[in-house]
Amino acid sequence: MGELPLCQRMLLSLPSSFRVSHSYWRSQRPLPLLSLHLLRNPSLTSASPFSLLGYCHLSSLNAAPGVRRSKFRAHVATDEVRSTVSMDTLLPQFEAVIGIETHVQLSTDTKAFCSCPSQYGAEPNSNICPICMGLPGCLPVLNAKVVEYAVKLGLALGAKINLDSKFDRKQYFYADLPKGYQISQFDIPIASNGSIELDLPVELGGGHRRFGITRIHMEEDAGKLVHAGGDRLSGSPYSQVDLNRAGVPLLEVVSEPDMRTGLEAAEYAAELQRLVRYLGISNGNMQEGSMRCDVNVSVRKKGDEKFGTKVEIKNMNSFSAMQRAIDFEISRQVSLHGEGQASKIVQETRLWEEGSQRTITMRLKEGLADYRYFPEPDLPNVVIEKAFVDEMCSSLPELPNEKRRRYEGMGLSMQDVLILANDYDISRFFDEVLTAGADLKLAANWIMGDIAAYLKNEKMTVNDVNLTPEALAELILMIQNGTISGKIGKEVLVDLLREGGSAKSIVEAKGLLQISDPLTIAAMVDKVLAENPKQVEEYKSGKKKLQGFFGGQLMKASGGKINPTLMNKILLEKLNGN
Amino acid sequence: MSMGSSLCPAFSTFTKHSPLVFNRNVHAYPFLRNCNCIARGYSQKTVDSNVSVSEAPTRPHSEILRIRESLLSREKTAVEIAEDYLSRLKERETKIKSFLYVSEHALQEAEQLDKMVAAKSPLGPLAGVPFGIKDNLCTLDMPSTGGSKILEGYRPPFDATCVRKMKEAGALAIGKTNLDEFGMGSSTENSAFQVTSNPWDLSKVPGGSSGGSAACVAARQCTCSLGSDTGGSIRQPASFCGVVGLKPSYGRVSRYGLMAFASSLDVVGCFGTSVMDTAILLEVISGQDSLDATSSLLQVPSYSSLLPSIGSLETKPLDGLRIGLIKETVVDGVDSGVVSAIFKAADHLQVLGAKIQEVSLLSFSLGLPAYYILACSEASSNLARYDGIRYGNRAPADDLVSMYGNSRSQGFGQEVKRRILMGTYALSAGYYDAFYKKAQQVRTIVQTDFKNALKDCDLLISPAAPTAAYSIGEKTNDPLAMYAGDLMTVNVNLAGLPALVVPCGFTAGEGQKLPVGLQFIAAAFDEERMLRAGHIFEQTIGDLCFVPPLL
Repeated sequence: MGELPLCQRMLLSLPSSFRVSHSYWRSQRPLPLLSLHLLRNPSLTSASPFSLLGYCHLSSLNAAPGVRRSKFRAHVATDEVRSTVSMDTLLPQFEAVIGIETHVQLSTDTKAFCSCPSQYGAEPNSNICPICMGLPGCLPVLNAKVVEYAVKLGLALGAKINLDSKFDRKQYFYADLPKGYQISQFDIPIASNGSIELDLPVELGGGHRRFGITRIHMEEDAGKLVHAGGDRLSGSPYSQVDLNRAGVPLLEVVSEPDMRTGLEAAEYAAELQRLVRYLGISNGNMQEGSMRCDVNVSVRKKGDEKFGTKVEIKNMNSFSAMQRAIDFEISRQVSLHGEGQASKIVQETRLWEEGSQRTITMRLKEGLADYRYFPEPDLPNVVIEKAFVDEMCSSLPELPNEKRRRYEGMGLSMQDVLILANDYDISRFFDEVLTAGADLKLAANWIMGDIAAYLKNEKMTVNDVNLTPEALAELILMIQNGTISGKIGKEVLVDLLREGGSAKSIVEAKGLLQISDPLTIAAMVDKVLAENPKQVEEYKSGKKKLQGFFGGQLMKASGGKINPTLMNKILLEKLNGN
Repeated sequence: MSMGSSLCPAFSTFTKHSPLVFNRNVHAYPFLRNCNCIARGYSQKTVDSNVSVSEAPTRPHSEILRIRESLLSREKTAVEIAEDYLSRLKERETKIKSFLYVSEHALQEAEQLDKMVAAKSPLGPLAGVPFGIKDNLCTLDMPSTGGSKILEGYRPPFDATCVRKMKEAGALAIGKTNLDEFGMGSSTENSAFQVTSNPWDLSKVPGGSSGGSAACVAARQCTCSLGSDTGGSIRQPASFCGVVGLKPSYGRVSRYGLMAFASSLDVVGCFGTSVMDTAILLEVISGQDSLDATSSLLQVPSYSSLLPSIGSLETKPLDGLRIGLIKETVVDGVDSGVVSAIFKAADHLQVLGAKIQEVSLLSFSLGLPAYYILACSEASSNLARYDGIRYGNRAPADDLVSMYGNSRSQGFGQEVKRRILMGTYALSAGYYDAFYKKAQQVRTIVQTDFKNALKDCDLLISPAAPTAAYSIGEKTNDPLAMYAGDLMTVNVNLAGLPALVVPCGFTAGEGQKLPVGLQFIAAAFDEERMLRAGHIFEQTIGDLCFVPPLL
């Protein structure tokens, strides 16, 4: 067929070829997509704006090697009621073995092997070039930032950094893979043999865990297929390809099969997310697919050495979904064991269905897929100097686990520790408030209380507000030494969050200084008592509760500025003294 | 002077040359500084009479420098030069069929150049030089098919780096030349589009896979051309067509824009009618490229300025040069005409002062099978992108897998399919260690053997092919015989070394005598030494005219 130059053709077809469709990962917003040279149902071609292009629908799109589609459905669903009866006795007899492969999308400005921007959410096929489209004659050139980020994560996970690693080609045909192979690392990953340490939530029993990390390797992402008429391949008349994501750098982090429960697995993923955010190498956002976890689950009788048949679960886009998916899968496998149907646990990939809260078969694995890995000849080995590793090492921030241990040592409760160390920016803010001289507990309470609530309400991060750590420390001090009341403090805080500035200047400008002069207070008390003779009488005849009424009147009269301790002391003296 | 006279250049034309007029560009292309020395030296006839070299009128001269002279002296306009070439191209194309596409813009570009000449603007070192481009090199304004049906009519959105550099130097891209599909073949018969003839004998193949690029230079359809060499694809056709073919060191020239066949072996190189021309071209197309991670950071020497003028030659210009003749390349099984031409060439090198010794490369025979395993393995991967999804021909089908199957089975030719299958097999689980890995080990041995041989010798020489050009159709049904023809060249690719093929003699065929090329092999990035020896050899070889008489 006579073709226009590719770039030209894309430009020409761009305005006419948008389609509104939902993205594969159930993104909330509709995603317009470009039909590139597309795969589509004949019935649609006449009405389609892409009539100059060929078509073909994807009824057997699952063409990854060694893989075929199956109509097999989750067994457990039908037996759920029956099996739950015995689950309480069955479950304790079994142990789950869980390993996780996590793909972390790196937040580099450009893609791994070309200079296209790698940001998420751009118009389909707008961030593409001849290189990431796999045009003939194009070659990959490694983005140095990818190595930097990989080394950082490797060091943060205490892994061994391989000073001489290499890239390999992982080969398979799929419509979202432009070159017919993915550039990845096979036998010599950039980092191996690390571990991750985490603290389980106190309310769920708590505990410290350490899980092994097998390896971390660099690779490129594939494009994205968008299936018309829904978010699933089956039943979709045609699919479209968005190559914006093709070539975006990923780190694949492979864990040892060290986790035993859905909670541990979810906390592992959460800690990994925390880590990449602390390191600033990824936004770790699961909804956007910036962090994707594939979980391998098998069960075995407690005490058994041998692993059971493992099942891979995909499509979990939150930590809680991960936990639920794994727990569901454990129950499913255990109940099959309980029914003597263990042979029905087969090596397969299952999808987590959020709607029905269960896993369903996506595809069966017929033996091992043969990806025909071989060294990528277009890229020289990745040779790193030790000095570079040392430099990366010294540039690492304080890591979540170190931070938690430090906070724990300072005397904070584990519950507070977990909240404060959860977010890098919050913990940094907290640390700076402490540096500015604030009391540990008070600072923690203000941050976890009023500030956290405000941020949640306004959907902001601590970096978005105008409150400085110094101003908060000053505010805390002013409350502590009685310059202002706690109630006024809350008002000043809102001003500081919105406007910034120093606590002192706001207090002064608004005349919010606490009234602590006994003579002034005495005069105010006298005035209130004089204005309410009836209540004074009642008080004196035994209705002591009315002290609160006088206090309220005094607060009101002073605009909340009266020092409550002094006020109460003087009020009681006046009421009881006469 | 008519362009026709350039076919068998008359010595006297050089005397007309005025010194080059230098311009600002001279700093970027320092090789021009010495260029006129050659011309002057030539005319001064100062070659020492002790050199047993005849001052034959057939001595090759630089067509590129001649064009530059013509432009600068206003002897000819760029348009006239381009028209000369284009009319000759068209006239001979009916017989040779070396081009898959001829540019529609060459004359316009020549007009632009003439305006620059008139305005005395600085001209690039290749100003007005018409060149052919092997069709597996991407070009912005011409289709680029790789000789494959699957890319029929495909137009890349960019120029290959080497093409861009040529254009920036002022050269006129005149067309895209025929080749074996994606470079897979040794006779250009595997092109999906046409069979190219050898200008020396139209019934013979031009060699391959850069057969079109070699034939078009031999037929003087253009001054020079770009090709690619994965296992001999420049050197063997240069030998068959009687032109100079240069395969640079791996990494010397950017591969960006070269449709990959075997990434670890592929290099972009060039053809010319003189060593000087290939040296000038190499200097233009070489250098590190931010778009090719395997391109070398090494400085590009001023290759052409290092070539001595004939006038300055000493009695024994190659005195002290240690040259090793690879023993395994002149044994039984190699055409006797080829062997005797090579021995004669070796004798001549000795006369020039070189010390010739026989060298044995023990791993020599291992290279060919290792090469075919590695090249096919990489090819099976590199050709996966031709899937009909984003570009190229798509065969309709009801589902994705059938679409892949139909598009690829209809789009690829037989040889390409054979190699994809062999490569896929060699990389498959359970076979990888026995094939791919073993071949990599052989590659290391070949590299070591060459390294050692090049410690004792400055250069190695061998034939470029075991035979001269064979008949069209002779080997098309015998792939193994075709593969065996690459025996002399593949080891050099495995080792990543530079090699130069210079016409050195003839074999007597059934009727027409056919040219034989002498292959010089140098250590990695030692192109200068090889070019210098090749240049002196070519300028002193004597009474041999490497212009096809049929034309």
